[in-house]
Amino acid sequence: MTTRRIISVLMENESGALARVVGLFAQRGYNIDSLTVAPTEDPTLSRMTLVTQATDQVIEQITKQLHKLIEVVKLVDLTEGVHVERELLLVKVRAAGAQREEVKRTADIFRGQVIDVTPNTYTIQVAGHSDKLDAFLDALAQASVLEVVRSGVSGISRGEKTLSV
Amino acid sequence: MTELKEKPESKTKPPMLSGGQMLMRALKDEGVEYVYGYPGGAVLHIYDALHNQEDVKHILVRHEQAATHMADAYARASGKPGVVLVTSGPGATNAVTGLATAYMDSIPMVVITGQVMSHLIGDDAFQETDMMGISRPVVKHNMSVRNPADIPAMVKKAFYIASSGRPGPVVLDIPKDMTMPNERFPYVYPKEVRMRSYNPVSKGHAGQIRKAVNLLLQAKRPMIYSGGGVILGEASDLLTQLGKTLGYPVTNTLMGLGAFPGGDDQFVGMLGMHGSYEANMAMHNADVIIAIGARFDDRVTNNTGKFCPNAKIIHIDIDPTSISKTVRVDIPIVGPVKSVLAEMLKAIDESKLEVDREALGIWWSQINEWRGRHGGRYKTDDSQMMKPQFVIEAMWRATGGDAFVTSDVGQHQMYAAQYYRFNKPNRWINSGGLGTMGFGLPAAMGVALNFPDDDVVCVTGEGSIQMNIQELSTCKQYNLPVKILNLNNGYLGMVKQWQDMNYESRYSNSYMDSLPDFVRLAEAYGHVGMRIEKPSDLEPALKEAFAMKDRLVFMDVLVDPKEHVYPMHVPGGAMCDMFLSKTERT
Repeated sequence: MTTRRIISVLMENESGALARVVGLFAQRGYNIDSLTVAPTEDPTLSRMTLVTQATDQVIEQITKQLHKLIEVVKLVDLTEGVHVERELLLVKVRAAGAQREEVKRTADIFRGQVIDVTPNTYTIQVAGHSDKLDAFLDALAQASVLEVVRSGVSGISRGEKTLSV
Repeated sequence: MTELKEKPESKTKPPMLSGGQMLMRALKDEGVEYVYGYPGGAVLHIYDALHNQEDVKHILVRHEQAATHMADAYARASGKPGVVLVTSGPGATNAVTGLATAYMDSIPMVVITGQVMSHLIGDDAFQETDMMGISRPVVKHNMSVRNPADIPAMVKKAFYIASSGRPGPVVLDIPKDMTMPNERFPYVYPKEVRMRSYNPVSKGHAGQIRKAVNLLLQAKRPMIYSGGGVILGEASDLLTQLGKTLGYPVTNTLMGLGAFPGGDDQFVGMLGMHGSYEANMAMHNADVIIAIGARFDDRVTNNTGKFCPNAKIIHIDIDPTSISKTVRVDIPIVGPVKSVLAEMLKAIDESKLEVDREALGIWWSQINEWRGRHGGRYKTDDSQMMKPQFVIEAMWRATGGDAFVTSDVGQHQMYAAQYYRFNKPNRWINSGGLGTMGFGLPAAMGVALNFPDDDVVCVTGEGSIQMNIQELSTCKQYNLPVKILNLNNGYLGMVKQWQDMNYESRYSNSYMDSLPDFVRLAEAYGHVGMRIEKPSDLEPALKEAFAMKDRLVFMDVLVDPKEHVYPMHVPGGAMCDMFLSKTERT
């Protein structure tokens, strides 16, 4: 049985490190649902959050294989403990006439913000759990969605536990 | 261009060297004697620096693939990393097969590839190729030089990564402008490397080792299954000691041959697809298996779903990814085999438990019964064509069982593995993981160069040898007296065997038409050629060949094309499911 896992990776902020991770997944046939990466407070380190679906045995291999990459410093499977996860969604929706008010109301319900406006469109930002973003997009189904951008999941452990050097 | 020599060193100030000179100095400081390579545009500055020093010697091959295999085989024979120097573009891509070969067998190498000038990278410049991208899946690590001053530290890091932990090849990609002769930098070779992201484990977990020893001592039908990791980890003596202390049967993988003495009674032969009947039967029926530096390769396990159903498995490996990758194990121990085995021997010594001698006696009588049943049979007499197995056994006698034997890939490789009983580690040199045809000759050259007093034999076939035959020229240049034993059956033998067994003998492209006259070919390159057709001519020919200590001898031996390698696993079956001959199966 496969489960959804969020793996957080701390690695050297060097060119080629990301390619190594992506290459590993492609090479060994692991799937990536989402992947996001950026430098941390220490500019020599990057933090990557990777969402994947796999069986326990494959997850074990994924974490071991990631760890084996020379540039990977530390990693943690966030889904093994309590954690917070967030994803950012930007969506451009046709919002003209009567629809305009309805779209705004829906965005408010999901605590979304309108961040750009034209006479015929709204660009809305929503942050939250990926499920909430899915639900928001479902709720917008009546309106005509022009463009969707999602950041992929970022996650962090709850409590005092940290992933750091 | 002005000739550049290293400035005399002063005690206080580090010498000012160019990138190319720093590279050469770093190789010297790393203790490198030979670099195998081929020059080209992007590495001309480096080759000039090489020319102006005498410590590091360069071996000019005829194709970059051969350079990688020479370096690789040197590493396999000596335990030290081999070094390759090639140019950008085609020089680098030609080295890729050699990188993949070394990677699959965990062989330490440092491969230095030239690259176009930094400002041209990405412009599709002449002889530009993304070597970082191309090599990534087949190296332990790769690095690109961004600043010439970093060269000494990067070389140090490359050697450290290549040879520590689970060894493997490392690529160092150097853009041409990093080696400009007129740009000098202070040279200091670092004494050690520290990396926060890479810390190979140095010891096994004591609790796990204790648990393993308890299980091992309670075994009724134990098996010791050891692989290439024991040779790479320089733990053959400890493995032998473990085998002797316990009195348990030992089997080796293709990569592990020689780690336990092949002539010892406790050795039951190689295991796996073409393993011995007794080794595979014993594995299947074992109740406790200890895997040491072996990775449960598909050519060993057959169908993992049916693998050794009654066995509890202990697995020692330095690489955690090797553990429970294909077969779930009960007691994993991550650590270097050498230190783990030393700890285990101590724990066995201190344990209150003792080997169950009675059960072990019953187990051995069962194994000896299996031994008698197949026992590697074949027969050759003068009225029929020579059997390839007979050729290997004769070569074993001619070399006193003490030669370095390299091989290519196919039937001849399996015959060599089955019939040359290796008593020492590092003597059997073959491409096990990748299965690279063309490996044998350059590998033999790499060994011959570094071990000039030993017999070096390349067991090959008429298919494989032609994949790097051009290296006969390199052999002449450096006087490498390799003995080539070409088991010539006119077919790509292993392909033909599979076509016989699975495709009703439809020989799709497995026939070698228009073979060269190997005797004259060898002579054309300045070597000695021999053609051996009759079984009774073999021993005298071998004797004559091995007496020519300073000549390369190409022995073209005609062998029976109908012969198949047995035993052979029945596809999809368990370890114990084997074809034993063309008409028998278990």
